[in-house]
This record gives sequence, structure tokens and C-alpha cells, in this order.
Amino acid sequence: MSLLRKIRKTGRVAEPAPERTLEDLPAAAQLRGSVQIRHVDAGSCNGCEVEIASAFGPVYDGERYGARLVASPRHADALLVTGPVTRNMASALRRTFEAVPEPRLVVALGDCARDCGVFAGAYGVAGAVRDVVPVDLEVPGCPPEPQVIIEALRRMTGR
Amino acid sequence: MAGVVLQVVLVGLGSPLLVGVMRQVRARLEGRAGAGIWQPWRDLRKLMRRQPITPAGTGWMFRAAPLLLPGTALVVASVVPLVTTASPLDGVADLFAVTALLTLGSVALALAGLDTGTAFGGMGASREVTVLALVEPTILLSVFALSVPAGSTNLGDIVTAAAEHPLSLISPVSLLAAVALVIVSIAETGRIPVDNPATHLELTMIHEAMTLEYAGLDLALIEWASAMRLSLLLGLLAGLFAPWGIATAGAGPLALLVAAVVIALKVTVLGGLLAASEVFMAKLRLFRIPELLAGSFLMALLAVAASYFLA
Repeated sequence: MSLLRKIRKTGRVAEPAPERTLEDLPAAAQLRGSVQIRHVDAGSCNGCEVEIASAFGPVYDGERYGARLVASPRHADALLVTGPVTRNMASALRRTFEAVPEPRLVVALGDCARDCGVFAGAYGVAGAVRDVVPVDLEVPGCPPEPQVIIEALRRMTGR
Repeated sequence: MAGVVLQVVLVGLGSPLLVGVMRQVRARLEGRAGAGIWQPWRDLRKLMRRQPITPAGTGWMFRAAPLLLPGTALVVASVVPLVTTASPLDGVADLFAVTALLTLGSVALALAGLDTGTAFGGMGASREVTVLALVEPTILLSVFALSVPAGSTNLGDIVTAAAEHPLSLISPVSLLAAVALVIVSIAETGRIPVDNPATHLELTMIHEAMTLEYAGLDLALIEWASAMRLSLLLGLLAGLFAPWGIATAGAGPLALLVAAVVIALKVTVLGGLLAASEVFMAKLRLFRIPELLAGSFLMALLAVAASYFLA
């Protein structure tokens, strides 16, 4: 009962949907408001993961735009790759990419995924995401803020 | 005949909407805005146009399950008394046939999960069968307890008898059977506290673990079938314990329309209640699930015993 009272007192936590500034990706016309996303951590420091978690949390509520994180690359329309690709994860990332049914999108999330960030040149790093799989969308930031992640998601869902 | 067509169309088109309503109720209670009740249909529409993948090494079982699962669900949708009790498949519309059809779908998916040869597929299949072994006898027994006063295992007859004598529903028999049937419906459809349909963690999955390898149209068929099974079990619950408004044989088109609206309302309310109660519950530990299901089986058994003593 105390939970019920809490629910009633808290009300809606989700912030109103912000105005959109960027255009849809061409793939959005095919996906029509539904994007299943498989997240791949290719060697991230987990800063981006925390931001992804809050982008799908109650405040930003990424699911309201039709995006959803899924458990299997087979269910996914898009891969969300974070971190510089480490040597150990390079083949895993390639195989995950191949497991996604076509047509597939790849989003490189965070500065590390775009150009290795602070890990550039480190001995364990194989390269940026675009060196391993073709990238359709890059999201800058270290880590990118939830509203930037939401903006990228909305460019895919078109909502 | 028109009633049954209406019923199948209603289940087929309405089930994803029911899932959408349940997700929306949950989202609102969690303080989120939610994706809207049409989101499951958007997901299905998109999946239907995507490429299905047959992983290397899978056999005919993997291909057959996405057809068997919705197929059995559609047959069940045409025999269960939701809109009308007059099904042209009256001969097979008994509770044994319905339970067997539901089991056939579940077993097909469990075998398909095994067929993929992945660790999670096999694990999901093993868990599903563990749950199934306790769920199916309970469904059988609890509906059997209700069939004793009606004197028939035909679902249409049970519902007609209950609608004619509504006072017969106020008895320990229907109370025990209702509780047992609610618990097994939750288990069979993979809802909290038995399984979490929204989980991303493979280790905690039951139903989702078996579908991890499906993509595109195959996945769309399986998700559609899961939604149909959920609304069928909720519809069966509503029909057995609140059998008002269901059209009988020879009803006119207006009565059928009213019956369709009534069952849609009943199932939506039940689904909303289920979704709301899930917010207040955590998932049970896997090894506690057999205890819960054995408890529901015991209640179904008591219901059968009580129905003989009280008859």
C-alpha cells in the first residue's frame, strides 16, 4: 500500500518530449516508429552505459519514441556500440553485426566509439567502431548526455 | 459461424493491442509516458517486413515452431467460448483438446529452442518444460472442477450452464479453481512473478530464451502467438468466472456485436489488473516457481474434490 501511495504522490516523472532539431535517417521510413536495439559494449569504460540506462529510465523514457533494447542481435534493427573496439571484442562485434538481419543500422555512441577517445593508441585497442563495422550514425560526447542519445534514437524511429 | 469468425478476428487483431495496453498501464504506474497501445502492432508490422534468418545447423523443428504456435492459438481461438458458445468445431471444443493444443504450441517452441543448439535456447526449453509439466495438469483439473456441475467437459456447455445458474459460481469450487487458473495463466503466458517479459538478462529468461534466435517474420509470428495465448487464457478466465454477455447458439448479429464488446472490455480489465499487480511484485527465484505451481495444482485438486462433495 505504501508503494501505491508513492506512485500516486510521484505522478509522472517523464519529462515532456523535447523539440526535434535533426532530420530522420533514411532508414526511419522503413522502420516506421519501431526500432529494436542491441547494445554492444566493445570496450567501454561504462560511462556511456550509465547514460544509456538513464536514456531508457523514467525521466527521458526512450521507449516512448518506439525504441527498445533487446536481448538478441537477431531481434535487433540497430546495434548501439560503445567504447573503442578492443582486440578481444573486434571479432565479437563483427559476428554480432553479422547476426543482425538486414537492413541493419550501426550507431557508434560516445567519443571512444568514434575515434577511440582517450584510449587512442593504447595497446589493447583495435580501432574505432568504423574500422570494424560500417557505421550509420555517430553520437559525440564523453559520455553523451541522455538527451543526445534520445535525439539519435528519434532520428531512427522518426517519432 | 459468424460469431466464431468474429471471435478469431477479434483475438488476432486485438491481442497485440492488449499487450500494448498492459505495457502502457505498467509505464504509467512507473511514472513513464509509455510508447502507446499501438506499439506492439508497430513492432509486428516492422518485423513482418524484415528478413527471417535460419541459423546454421537448425532443422525443421526450428522452421515449424513459428507456424505451429500461431496455428494452435488460432484453432483455440475458434473453439474457446469468448464471443459465442456455438462453435462449428463443437466436437473438439472440450477442455482436453484446448489444453492439448496449447501444450502442442509450447512444446513446439521448446523443441525449437533446443534445436538452435545454443546454451540459452536449451536452458529456456528446459525451464519451459519444467513449468509446463505443472501448468497443463492444473489447467485441466481446474476447468474439470467447473465441468462437474455442468456435466460436460465441453467449454461451451460449461459456460452456458454457468450463465444460466450464476449462483453456482459462488462456491468454494469456483473460488479454488479461479485462483488456480489465474496462477497457471500467469505462468503459461510468462508474466511476473514466473517470468519477466521485459527482461534483457538471458539467465533469468524462460519464454524469451527460446526465441533468441528468431528474426523477422518468424519472430513476428511468435510474438503475435504469445499475445494471442495471453488474451485467450484471460478470455477463458473471464468466460468461466464471469460468463455474462456471451452469445449463445442462434444469436443475432447485434447480440454477437455486444458479446464482442463485452469480452474485449473484460479481457482489457483483466489485463490491466494483471499489469498493475506486476508493478507490485518481484520475479520469483526459479527454484521457488515449482512450489507456487504445485500450490496451484493442489488448489485445483481440492476444487475437483470439493465439486464432488458439494454436488
